[in-house]
Amino acid sequence: MSIFYYDKTFDGLLSVVFDAYKIKHFPQALLAEGDIEPMFMERVHTTVTDSGKSDRVWTALRKKLSKQALNHIHHVWQSELPEADYLIFRYIRKVIDSSHSVETHFADEDVMAMLKLAKKVSKDTMYLIEFVRFQKTTQNIFFAPVAPDYNTLPLALRHFIDRFADQHWALYDIRRGYGFYYDLQRVEQITLPDENALIDGKINPTLLAEDEQQFQTLWRNYFKAITIRERINKRQQRQHMPARFWHLLPEMQN
Amino acid sequence: MKESVLHKLTILAESAKYDVSCSSSGTIRRNKAGMTGSTSGWGICHSFTEDGRCVSLLKILLTNFCLFDCAYCVNRRSNDIERVAFTPGELAELTIEFYRRNYIEGLFLSSGVIKSPDHTMEKMLRVVKDLRTIHHFNGYIHMKTIPGASQELVHQAGLYADRLSVNLEIPLEQDLKLLAPEKDHQSVYKPMHYIQQGMVQSLEERRKFRSAPRFAPAGQSTQIIVGAAKDNDKDILHLSSALYQRQSMKRVYYSGYIPVNTYDKRLPVVKDSSLKRENRLYQADWLMRFYQFNANEILDDKSPYLDLDMDPKLAWAIRHPERFPVDVNTADYATILRIPGVGVKSAKMIMVARKHGRLNLNGLKKIGVVLKRAQYFITNNELPHYTIHEATPEYVKRVLRDTPSLPSPAEQQLSFGFTD
Repeated sequence: MSIFYYDKTFDGLLSVVFDAYKIKHFPQALLAEGDIEPMFMERVHTTVTDSGKSDRVWTALRKKLSKQALNHIHHVWQSELPEADYLIFRYIRKVIDSSHSVETHFADEDVMAMLKLAKKVSKDTMYLIEFVRFQKTTQNIFFAPVAPDYNTLPLALRHFIDRFADQHWALYDIRRGYGFYYDLQRVEQITLPDENALIDGKINPTLLAEDEQQFQTLWRNYFKAITIRERINKRQQRQHMPARFWHLLPEMQN
Repeated sequence: MKESVLHKLTILAESAKYDVSCSSSGTIRRNKAGMTGSTSGWGICHSFTEDGRCVSLLKILLTNFCLFDCAYCVNRRSNDIERVAFTPGELAELTIEFYRRNYIEGLFLSSGVIKSPDHTMEKMLRVVKDLRTIHHFNGYIHMKTIPGASQELVHQAGLYADRLSVNLEIPLEQDLKLLAPEKDHQSVYKPMHYIQQGMVQSLEERRKFRSAPRFAPAGQSTQIIVGAAKDNDKDILHLSSALYQRQSMKRVYYSGYIPVNTYDKRLPVVKDSSLKRENRLYQADWLMRFYQFNANEILDDKSPYLDLDMDPKLAWAIRHPERFPVDVNTADYATILRIPGVGVKSAKMIMVARKHGRLNLNGLKKIGVVLKRAQYFITNNELPHYTIHEATPEYVKRVLRDTPSLPSPAEQQLSFGFTD
């Protein structure tokens, strides 16, 4: 078995592609430095991440793929699944080796696997866009803790910058321990220095603006009032709004 | 915010819940400097109520006072319920605060009719204008047009709202006359027509000047209450089809009648099937909008009701075995679209994927074709020849109909020991 080591960054993965074509040898597995080596290793190569290499690979892909397919590659990467990098590697190889566009070759296993995973990630991104609930803090920052399955916060950022351009806001991934803060000018990545800001993933009530609870109560009441009681269908509710999001939704807290 | 707002919100949301439209799609408005919000174009749901419906807009009445006495409406004049009204300021603030917290995409504003249709429209316009001009709100606004409103006010509404709608409610004029004596179809069709005119005019002006104002850019919609009168599915679908032929009509919503005023003897006793019927009508509506079916193909005088046991596309295919089997590798898009088990997405994928080589069953499955249904309607080298012709339409009908819910104990006893 032959393997490549790399630093598990996206640029690193593209550098792997570059190296593989350069030495005309294609790995059967991609590992990070320090991972346990498989048995029966034949050949090992270590790729050093190099933006020159990754840029060249990306430029080549841009010539052969639609914008949508390029997005899919990004989405699959953000899934953070252990098999995602090698899937992307196989997919890129197929793209480079084929004289015509492979992105619509839906009967191909890798093409379809890419599409399916990209869809899952974009669905998770959509859930984020739907179910973010900002809470106003004493400092007039609209703050929302989130907990997506995949690392989708960077993918949803654009939507929030466009939509809430005239208010200070922050989105914080409580699972991954990082977030983004928007200050009316730009967005910066943040980690919360104060451990008391969040209690069990919820904002410390002492940090909330005075009328915040009141608006949550209004929202809860509205939510209850528009339910048509003759038509209760909790299965459908769960289908559209999976229970894993409920702990972040004020309307689902009695 | 005052305490009383909580009380009003509860009452006026309760009264607005029977309006089914909650769509926030159809306009794209990117954020502009100094404004609050944007509108996405594809519509975003922010929550789902216990009845499984999407919450996208703050759907609310300005007031539940009403002049009219429509038999099917909770807010009818003769009902003894608590009446309240928002001030325009309260409602605008509520919308903005909910929006900033990402609870909603915008506002769906409806109202009971106070004093006169125009008086009510003016009050509603106040809210919408305040949102756009004072709060610089750039989110979605759906405004209900009151039947009988004047052209001038409809025109103003179109300049501020993304979508306008006038509800038809009862499909047949004679039934409407019976259930809502103060209304007639003319008072609905006229504002519909004004909206269409406004849109046509605005599009023309925008062709000349890009800066000309947009008019109801997300088009108009309407709602039909199903099952409150003697209308059949054929009447309803033909009506919808005619409405869709007006360019500005984006959606027709169907609302299975929920008995809100059981004491009124003009109304039917509702059967449980109303929800199923509503669902079938939506499926038929999809066939007209996305599958290139026309109303006559779905229902005709011989069969004026949709089959409750199976979706209308499957029902059509079983009635037309001569159109099948279809070769997925050579047939055109319109033909592929008519195969049961093939949706719009998979039909499009089939069209592009087959350029790379013949599609086999496995490929179709990967694309998302529901082979359980499609197998009787397609041909492919791998398939044993067991299409709808060999299997017979009766057989296909029997295996593909929706699994009926558990039979009642009595039926179970009767059929004990027998299977078919």
